[in-house]
Amino acid sequence: MNERWVKIFIDSFWKILLPGLKLTIPLTALSFLFALIIAVAVALVQFADVKGLKQLARFYVWVIRGTPVLVQLFVVFYGLPSLGILLEPFPAAVIVFSLNEGAYASETVRAALESVPRGQIEAGYCVGMSWLQIMWRIVLPQAMRTAFPPLSNSLIGLLKETSLAANITVAEMFMSTQRIVARTYEPLLLYLEVGLIYLIFCTILTRLQSMGEKRLKTYGGKRSNAGGKRLETDGGAR
Amino acid sequence: MSMLEIRGLRKSFGGLAVLKGINLDVGKGDVVAILGPSGSGKTTLLRCLNFLETADAGTYCFDGETFSLGSMKKQDIAKIRRKTAFVFQNFNLFANRTALGNVTEGLITARKMPKAEAERIGREALDKVGLSDRYDYYPEQLSGGQQQRVAIARALATEPEIIFFDEPTSALDPELIGEVLNVMRQLAREGMTMLVVTHEISFARQVSNQVVFMENGAVLEAGDSGAFFASPKEERTREFLRTLQEHGN
Ligand SMILES: Nc1ncnc2c1ncn2[C@@H]1O[C@H](COP(=O)(O)OP(=O)(O)OP(=O)(O)O)[C@@H](O)[C@H]1O
Ligand SMILES: [Mg+2]
Repeated sequence: MNERWVKIFIDSFWKILLPGLKLTIPLTALSFLFALIIAVAVALVQFADVKGLKQLARFYVWVIRGTPVLVQLFVVFYGLPSLGILLEPFPAAVIVFSLNEGAYASETVRAALESVPRGQIEAGYCVGMSWLQIMWRIVLPQAMRTAFPPLSNSLIGLLKETSLAANITVAEMFMSTQRIVARTYEPLLLYLEVGLIYLIFCTILTRLQSMGEKRLKTYGGKRSNAGGKRLETDGGAR
Repeated sequence: MSMLEIRGLRKSFGGLAVLKGINLDVGKGDVVAILGPSGSGKTTLLRCLNFLETADAGTYCFDGETFSLGSMKKQDIAKIRRKTAFVFQNFNLFANRTALGNVTEGLITARKMPKAEAERIGREALDKVGLSDRYDYYPEQLSGGQQQRVAIARALATEPEIIFFDEPTSALDPELIGEVLNVMRQLAREGMTMLVVTHEISFARQVSNQVVFMENGAVLEAGDSGAFFASPKEERTREFLRTLQEHGN
């Protein structure tokens, strides 16, 4: 181990981590938030079988899932300007990752919606609730629990995928690393280092996921240990 | 005068005619048992009456107002649903709500009732079905019989003029059937109007005052419960009652 390596490693750690905190994380978080909104809307439209909108939703999912995200980034950032649509790199990346992740997540949410027993929807109608009330208060909360593990998975995937934004000049972690490599000529060290930082981020997300899953177990948690106590303590005279 | 009067209700699924012109009269305070072999259209009939299925034709006279089943307006459906309630074979409780939450959900969202008032009514309804110690339990933490009683409480809380029951005990273990039937007996005593699809002949015999026997999508025999069980007119009805008795009902 030579001293130069150690020095470069330590010097660049913050230089890589900082754009991670300033760009990679916001890019991931914003895109995922928008993706979730898109996913729920696209899934509900299909679940409700809204004529016209459903076809549009299928078309959207088909196109997005059938083309590489790198191509989508290039179309939006380098292609749209010829139609007079000029976007800054960061918003362009947010748009592409939101649309891309939204298409995948919509399939996850749709499957989760289908997994909620239909009878609960009928019971909702029978007590006078509207379709939207039933979705918002009964079906979606249950579906989102079911969808939580696969969606967490998608979030971790998205975090790593944002490195592709380097291709449209977003100076996120990976691009910052490339710049340091150009200066120092230490590709092995620096690419391993950025990999390590991605690994740290993903580890944190994984931990958050398992914490979330524990809290979300099942309603009343009869099958979890935590719920055992509920049974004894709850429901006494009030 | 009847509270609910159905004339010529028809329903088919694809090419299959499932209900072939049903007539039905339910008076206030009546407990009507709907009997009949499997596949005769009992569930479909109840579902049409609460618009979970759309009937093809017929008239629906409820509370002095007449509607055409072939062309129901959204507001009319909402209006009728406000005065009716449904108890399902599989309970269909909201899995993400406690027992109390299940009962208050419709009151709060559909009827815009203040939460405190809804919960007061909800507790009353749960007390009535003997679940005063289970307000905060989730459906998953309750036995089948308890779940069905929550479902009955949910139906009661909306103060319906009539409750439709679709085989409320057939998803239950034998030892849990009694607790649900007891609640229904009590409702009948209090004058609640009920339309009950059931295979519980003894319950029908003791509690109902009217019986409708369906076969093949049509009403084969209907009338006073006492007369029906004492001397069924149709040979098919006699045969049906005999088979049920052989199965230990
Ligand atoms: N959604 C549907 N699509 C097609 N056919 C249906 C549908 N629902 C019911 N049917 C058919 O309608 C007929 C009557 O069914 P229904 O469930 O009303 O009978 P039932 O009298 O309630 O029987 P059971 O005693 O077994 O509950 C059956 O032949 C059934 O296959
Ligand atoms: Mg049935």
